[in-house]
Amino acid sequence: MHRPPAVRARGITKSFGEVIALGGVDLDVASGQVHGLVGPNGAGKTTLLGLLLGLAVADGGSLEILGTPVGRTLAVPDGVAGFVDGPGLYPSLTARQNLAALASLRRYDTGPTASVDDALEQVGLTDVADDRVRGFSLGMRQRLGLAAALLTTPRLLILDEPANGLDPAGKRHVHRVISGLAANGTAVVLSSHRMDDLAALCSEVTILATGRVVFSGPLGKLAAESGELDYRLVTSDPAAAHRLASETPGLRVVTGGEPAQTGLVVRGPEPALDELVVRLVGAGVALRELGPVMTPLEAAFLALTATDVGPEAETEARTEARTAAGAAQIDEENSR
Amino acid sequence: MTVTLAQPPAGVRPAPISHGYRFELVKLLSQWRIRLLLLACWIAPALFVAAVSLQTSLPSDTVFGRWMNSTGWAGSLVVLDFACTWALPLLTALVAGDVFAVEDRLGTWRHLLVAVRSPQRIFVAKALASLTVILLLVAGLTASSVAGGLAAVGNHPLVGLDGHLLAPGDAAGTVLLAWLSALAPTLAFAAVGLLGSVALGRSPMGLLMPALLALVLQLAQLLPLPVAVQLGLPSHAFLAWRGLFTDPGQTGPLLIGFVVSLAWAVLATALAYRIFLRRDFTDLTFDGSGRQILVTAVVPLAALVAVSIGVIAGATPATGSGIERAKLQNSLATVYGHLYRLQAQELHRPDVTEAQLQATASCDKGGSRVLDEGAGNDWRCVVSWHLPGATAVGNAIYQLDVTADGRYVADGDGPKEVNGYFQVRTPAGDAPNPLWQFDGNVDLLASTS
Repeated sequence: MHRPPAVRARGITKSFGEVIALGGVDLDVASGQVHGLVGPNGAGKTTLLGLLLGLAVADGGSLEILGTPVGRTLAVPDGVAGFVDGPGLYPSLTARQNLAALASLRRYDTGPTASVDDALEQVGLTDVADDRVRGFSLGMRQRLGLAAALLTTPRLLILDEPANGLDPAGKRHVHRVISGLAANGTAVVLSSHRMDDLAALCSEVTILATGRVVFSGPLGKLAAESGELDYRLVTSDPAAAHRLASETPGLRVVTGGEPAQTGLVVRGPEPALDELVVRLVGAGVALRELGPVMTPLEAAFLALTATDVGPEAETEARTEARTAAGAAQIDEENSR
Repeated sequence: MTVTLAQPPAGVRPAPISHGYRFELVKLLSQWRIRLLLLACWIAPALFVAAVSLQTSLPSDTVFGRWMNSTGWAGSLVVLDFACTWALPLLTALVAGDVFAVEDRLGTWRHLLVAVRSPQRIFVAKALASLTVILLLVAGLTASSVAGGLAAVGNHPLVGLDGHLLAPGDAAGTVLLAWLSALAPTLAFAAVGLLGSVALGRSPMGLLMPALLALVLQLAQLLPLPVAVQLGLPSHAFLAWRGLFTDPGQTGPLLIGFVVSLAWAVLATALAYRIFLRRDFTDLTFDGSGRQILVTAVVPLAALVAVSIGVIAGATPATGSGIERAKLQNSLATVYGHLYRLQAQELHRPDVTEAQLQATASCDKGGSRVLDEGAGNDWRCVVSWHLPGATAVGNAIYQLDVTADGRYVADGDGPKEVNGYFQVRTPAGDAPNPLWQFDGNVDLLASTS
């Protein structure tokens, strides 16, 4: 059965006075997909998530949520849950009271809801269900916010920085919940500055910069377009590794003469890296660790959003980014 | 872990107002500040009234304060007078003035909107919840002050502001009516609190708006303003309940105060509603409407004041300050007549009726060079009366301190056998001579022509 996309946005614009928060944003999120929203501070992520949650109305463009066009009046679309700018919780109430109040507010229009206890269990907060939220850590609040969103068994879940303040156990809970929802057909749109989280959870990402989409597509495509990456190697013989890396065609040593524990950093395409590994093995040098210094997503993020670069390079990067984004969208449309 | 998808319901419906109302009430009542306020309003007045009523020195500068050790009902009216001056504006500020701003402080607006799905219903639920809490606070003040007074002094007749005695049953009804009449201006201040809370967001100015308004209006009431201006202000209804304690009642100012207060309540609530619905909740930089409040809130309320003053000036006979020589003389003679009977009763003298006394008063303000009109402590009056079977006319002199709201305190200035200080025996114990010092209230709207 054909299911409409969870989100279909075309040319969305939104301004606050003279500040353009979103300048013609396109976004497609399929049902069952976990879609990451990335961008530097002020890129328009929260504004876009707010539009999806029905907290504001776009100035221009068209927006369809769960197959229903969003009108020009403020209304939270049906089947949508989540939070932006942190989960809204009342510190004077307990975790259970917070959720019970929400369940009471939502029961009217969502039919049977997941029980409060189930939601608390899913995010691992059963033990503190009757504690006041005032004493909760940031991570616990994040998980409680997710539990609140689960109460409505949403078909589109919007999460703004859900991994903020989470410890490893909390992160595991959240990842498990999000993956479970997606597996059952819920579309999840989440923003985060944690590239490792996005890489682990998302099948597609959209990168925003100054209110515009600079990339939107699968992570694999992003990795392919991010070009040469830096890789760190830790070997049993750093000097030999340095020599072999220097001799490998297409590979450049970025740092050398390193202490054994920090490793050797090289830059080049993946085939050249494969060749280096073969040579290391051939030379009897044990390879103890090999991995990118930063994830492809992080590398692409820095390149596309022109972070930490000078004005000239920024202009260049933006041009490249727009070209990449355009190419990605053309590819995506061709693939449909 | 199991996560199931809900079937899409037929339509998007916001949460029922009753659910939102309950949620808002739970949030309000879970705050320590509100709990402490409730506790204070339900306990402190009883302790205060009971403690003060048993003292020999009474708060005679407050209306009915001098009767606190004579009847249990006077204490509640002292609390009401204090509440109308400070407590009720402050209570509305702390409840209604914060009910919207608290969501800004906690960053919960988006969460609430997603849950309730209707800004309109959120507004209604919050307004109703804050109104409920304010009513609980007022009910506490009323019940506690009455209980404290009755427990400490007992259910005795109350001396009204024209000197007539209200039987305990009448006193009870009138005291409750007085508290009820204070609800109208309380609603007006609560609506201003809502407006401040909506318009100024997390800024503390929003919280302070009702208290600030009360302060400004109290300062205005100290000025010799024309009676139409006084009655056109929402704070006058906080004073108009005093008219219930005269016979006949001074209902004109009470009704006008009621209408003006309700107009403020409706307009301020409507303005708050309009500002609230226009707010963009995704704008993270929002920190109150700032300059826009001048146009959206202050100007309409200022226009309401102008319209109220115009209508009152055109529709009522009162002119000037409303405090005229003839009105003051009538009021003083009436009070004197009633209290003379009370004094005679307490001194075990033969009863004499007000009609037999034929009390009259002649007043002068500040000598021959000053116009006999308006507030001031330079009124000097001579009260004359007749006794049955006696040809001589009795005279008693009083110094009057008249305030702009029409209340006055008459201080006996001789002869000391009539209006000097001495103790008389009453059913509740020894008390000062009732003709020594007493309160009165001039009807600002009454016509002397």
